[in-house]
Amino acid sequence: MIVELGHFCLILALCVACIQATVPLVGASRRHIGWMDTGRTCAFAVFALIAMAMAALMHAYVTSDFSVVNVIENSHTDKPLLYKISGVWGNHEGSMLLWVFMLSLCAAAVALFSDNLPPPLRARVLSVQGMIGVGFLLFILFTSNPFLRAPNPPANGHGLNPVLQDPGLAFHPPFLYLGYVGFSVAFAFAVAALIEGKVDAAWARWVRPWTLASWCALTVGIAMGSWWAYYTLGWGGWWFWDPVENASFMPWLAGTALIHSSIVVEKRDTLKTWTILLAIVTFSLSLVGTFLVRSGVLTSVHAFATDPARGTFILLLLLVAIGGSLALYAFRAPKLQGGGLFAPVSREGSLVLNNLLLSCGCATVFLGTLYPLFLDAMNGPKLSVGYPFFDRTFVPLMVPMIVAVGIGPMLAWKRGDLLGALQRLSVAFAVSLIAGLILFYMTYGGPVLAVLGIAIAVWLAGAVITEWADRIRLFRMPLADSVRRAVNLPRAAYGMSAAHFGLAVFVAGVSASAFSQEAIEVLPVGGSMRLAAFEIRLQAMDKVPGPNFSADRATIVISKAGETVATMYPERRFFPLQKQTTGETAIRGGLVADLYLALGEADAAGHWTVRAYWKPIVSWIWLGCLIMAGGGLISLSDRRWRVGAAARSGRGAAVPAAGE
Amino acid sequence: MRVLGRPVAAFLLIVWSVATALAVEPAERLPDPAMEARARAVSAELRCLVCQNESIDESHADLAHDIRVLVRERLSAGDTDAQATAAVVSRYGDFVLLRPPVKPATWVLWFGPVGLLALGLIGSFLWLRRRPGIGPTPLTVAEQQQLDRLLREDG
Repeated sequence: MIVELGHFCLILALCVACIQATVPLVGASRRHIGWMDTGRTCAFAVFALIAMAMAALMHAYVTSDFSVVNVIENSHTDKPLLYKISGVWGNHEGSMLLWVFMLSLCAAAVALFSDNLPPPLRARVLSVQGMIGVGFLLFILFTSNPFLRAPNPPANGHGLNPVLQDPGLAFHPPFLYLGYVGFSVAFAFAVAALIEGKVDAAWARWVRPWTLASWCALTVGIAMGSWWAYYTLGWGGWWFWDPVENASFMPWLAGTALIHSSIVVEKRDTLKTWTILLAIVTFSLSLVGTFLVRSGVLTSVHAFATDPARGTFILLLLLVAIGGSLALYAFRAPKLQGGGLFAPVSREGSLVLNNLLLSCGCATVFLGTLYPLFLDAMNGPKLSVGYPFFDRTFVPLMVPMIVAVGIGPMLAWKRGDLLGALQRLSVAFAVSLIAGLILFYMTYGGPVLAVLGIAIAVWLAGAVITEWADRIRLFRMPLADSVRRAVNLPRAAYGMSAAHFGLAVFVAGVSASAFSQEAIEVLPVGGSMRLAAFEIRLQAMDKVPGPNFSADRATIVISKAGETVATMYPERRFFPLQKQTTGETAIRGGLVADLYLALGEADAAGHWTVRAYWKPIVSWIWLGCLIMAGGGLISLSDRRWRVGAAARSGRGAAVPAAGE
Repeated sequence: MRVLGRPVAAFLLIVWSVATALAVEPAERLPDPAMEARARAVSAELRCLVCQNESIDESHADLAHDIRVLVRERLSAGDTDAQATAAVVSRYGDFVLLRPPVKPATWVLWFGPVGLLALGLIGSFLWLRRRPGIGPTPLTVAEQQQLDRLLREDG
């Protein structure tokens, strides 16, 4: 009964979304205030309905209702509660439901926090969100219904893939989807602005917090996925340039560019058409990502044909959404006039460079991900595009960008003084040079590019600190005054500094991975091997039962210079239901280095393969991402956003006229 | 999105790995560390054919094991790195190369990013040069009145 209610709620949500997609839009063009307000009500209603559908599916999972096909295929009574819940989105149908749930959440949030938005703009934004909702609700109801009943319910389900039964992965999809779908707000604002034919500073000020919030969620989501890969896959890799990863990385790159270009729109009233295009492209890339992952086109273009209904539907959705918005863009964008002028060397100029490099980086990832598919579809040669390609194309684009991130914030708006900025950054440059030389000397004969990478990271960190010190006039005025300036700095400034500093931390972590060491040996119980300064001894092997698996657990003692520093327990888990074995790595680490142990199989003699890695500052990769996302959150807490934008310049008269 | 495609890869990987151990097993290694380092470098650029974007150096699959052994045999027999790679390509095709070869069919792939950057640079340069002709935005009526008032107050 509850399951049918969920299904019914979803159908009702589709009906309401249809109203949301049309009535406010017509209301906005006719200036009918009642019709415009429908958008708000509808957004709340759709959110409530989809939340109920979500709750119904969750209820089916938690109570292990094996009359529902989706639950049979993805759950089992023995599964821990956390994974029963996360199982809801650990499959195609459920994850699409999560997608529309996040979408309706965003629309409801826009409806809730848009008191200071002119009613026509709000109505149009909500309408566009409604249209996206209609598309995806249709997709779910017609091709991927999670509420389908099974005619002959079995006694138990098939269970969730053991690899997915992991806390990191339980929360990875919600964050990722919040990021993906959050960009729909920027998209809706862009389309609404195109319909209105007006983009100004106030518009940018409304869009920025939404973009920033989704960017934060996406950053956390991607970092979580990468961290999961690191501790799950058993050899410490954390990024594979896998198409599925790239699918989330492309919107991130475009979204990062969007955050920066909308600053220029807000502060300087220029780069408008470009920003609108970026907003459209960012969400389009989210849609393309969904298509890539959901259609099965990734495994092979031919797998696409095995489930043509879904693939074709999403492709159609893509065409309508992307094609429609780009067509609108082509029609209306030329009417948007840019105002503010600036010299090439200026804050605006540096942000243009940032956008250029990020967009090219994004295009590179796009090419690397889709070109093999394109060639395959054209019956061309089958290609693999892996990390060696991206190392040679994407990384060289990012190096100048990271260097420029240090300089850009030091330049003034309109006309900057590059020489002056570089002079003020001379300390940061000297420090990075010295750090690089010392590291080069210490690791002589090792990877030179990694040394360069760390030197760049030091440069960026130094530049961020210099910029902050500059702002509060540290050592150039009494300390008390500097402290007062530091306290009064807007949160957005701290947000920027934190995010850029996080990037430096991330770059250092990535570069340092070239210095990791490994030891792989077959050890008898009691045997030992060496790794860096550590001795690694396999002390004991035990059989340990788990809730839905049985494990071989190794007790491994780590000692340094004869002294025990840690005892670690890597496992191999056997899941009888799926007849699968997964490795459970043991990681002991911190800010300095990670010690990473993975247990392999036993040989006939009962000796175990033990893989051990020493990875200096590898945790900085995810720490850096968290700092970046934290910077975004600090910036979001800036009171400017809460106070809301000033009245829209020159359009104030049009607003009260509404509803006549 | 890893959750959505990774399971497929992970599933394949597990199916193939049940009978084997993890990537680069100790038994495979060559006695000469320099030769082994070369073998690792060669394997890192070869794709495991049954996994998604994992190199044979990282993969747990049986096939990856076979190719790793093949590479080591070739290197031991005196092949250069390029010859060992070519031997694997002759069996499995260009698909095993994680770094696609540069040839007409891949020009778009390899030179697209540089081309785009060049276009972008030229485009932004032209845009910046053209723009001074537009001139500053005229003041709105309200702003003009405010300015007049301020000027009057000063005077």
